[in-house]
Amino acid sequence: MARSTEGGFAGFWKAVSNPQAVAALKLTLIASLVVVAINAVAGTLIAWVLVRDQFRGKGVVNSLIDLPFALPTIVAGLTLLALYGPKGPLGVNLAFSRAAVVLALLFVTLPFVVRAVQPLLLDLDREMEEAAESLGATQPVVFRRIVLPTLMPAILAGSGLGFARAVGEFGSLVLLTGNIPFKTQAASVLIFSQVESGDVTGAAAVSVVLLLLSFVTLLGIGRLAQSTLRHDG
Amino acid sequence: MGRLAARGVALSYLALLVGVPVGLVFYRAFEKGAGHLWESITTPEAQHAFWLTCVMVAIAVPLNTVFGVLCGLVLVRQRFRGRALLSAAIDLPFAVSPVVIGLALILVYGNRGWLGGWLTQHGIQVIFAPLGMVLATIFVSLPFVVREVVPVLRELGTDQEQAATTLGATPLQSFLRITLPAIRWGVAYGVVLTTARALGEFGAVSVVSGKLAGRTETLTLQVEERFQAFDVTGAYAAAVVLALMALVTLLAMNAIKPKEAS
Repeated sequence: MARSTEGGFAGFWKAVSNPQAVAALKLTLIASLVVVAINAVAGTLIAWVLVRDQFRGKGVVNSLIDLPFALPTIVAGLTLLALYGPKGPLGVNLAFSRAAVVLALLFVTLPFVVRAVQPLLLDLDREMEEAAESLGATQPVVFRRIVLPTLMPAILAGSGLGFARAVGEFGSLVLLTGNIPFKTQAASVLIFSQVESGDVTGAAAVSVVLLLLSFVTLLGIGRLAQSTLRHDG
Repeated sequence: MGRLAARGVALSYLALLVGVPVGLVFYRAFEKGAGHLWESITTPEAQHAFWLTCVMVAIAVPLNTVFGVLCGLVLVRQRFRGRALLSAAIDLPFAVSPVVIGLALILVYGNRGWLGGWLTQHGIQVIFAPLGMVLATIFVSLPFVVREVVPVLRELGTDQEQAATTLGATPLQSFLRITLPAIRWGVAYGVVLTTARALGEFGAVSVVSGKLAGRTETLTLQVEERFQAFDVTGAYAAAVVLALMALVTLLAMNAIKPKEAS
């Protein structure tokens, strides 16, 4: 990565501050944050249903969660394109839009929060919840005051892993987003096209910013997780 | 929120995001008949891509398994300066974009890279050749075995091995007879994850491959190439081959998981 400084700091700054790079980095950051927020809610809900609810076919649904880890990312992009692309049976065409970026990232990061929260929910003692309910607490109150604080560290840890994955994701975006500069071109896709056109220095510069971005966010999430732990004690 | 409502929302979310799209790809691949599908996945290029993918897996998985077990032993059993650094370095491929990994390989092994000049003089081509793709695959699938083995080793402790040593076992004997059987499910789960990742790697391999059809094209690269060449049915066919391989790894994951827990 030392190559990124080949043209001196001025060269690095020029490569990073060019409008296309700024737009791509901004899109990656915002889309990843949106995806993390959706995952935190949807992932917790899915884990809750998988642990506390009983229904037929639960085993199948449970193994479906791991599919995004097992499925190659390029295939993930193609599958989403089959349903949400121009010839999709729903009549919804998200291809080449910013919504497609979010959709692809949601697919590949699905397992992180679910798999982080699930074991904690399994271990959670029901007695506390029952005690609260017998004292007249409504279900939402029990969830907010008792369940959620216990799950928070796991939700944050899963979100952190999901964020790191979302920031660097490439394969699922290639076919689905169309790689349109200033609109749907994410940072990793920009780096790829820079490498292909021979601009290795520019690609290295954007890579450094991308690495810093995910590093800083992970640090922040780590801090947040620690502070929730302290609240407990 | 009621129980039924929660179930409904969670299941529809999963269906719309994962279930229906994956099912649709299978439907689309078989749309023109099984004969058409078979033709599409047995062209010379497709066969080459399939074998190249298998070669990548066959090289990366054993190497990363041996490395993973050794590295796990070092991380758990030995105290030395820079241990935390080593642990963080092993996790690097999880935190870094595959494209950046490919770029790093070009910076080191490319024509103008640090080792590139020396390698070219000796007639070894890494970038735009299968060798570079193997390196990329090894790199991205590096952490899985280590990450599965470390917690198991930590829990295992060294009591049994010490007992074996006092009874006269050599270090190799105690490793083969005691340590390895104790960590086998952890290793197996790590191998399954490594295989899934090696099969499906796209970004890093794509950067270093040069995408020469019939030479440096794996199955994942073929999906993209066919799609960009407007051979959508062909792309679905190659994707189905990959999806089936993924399904097999998923089944292996599920088969191993409960045994690991018990």
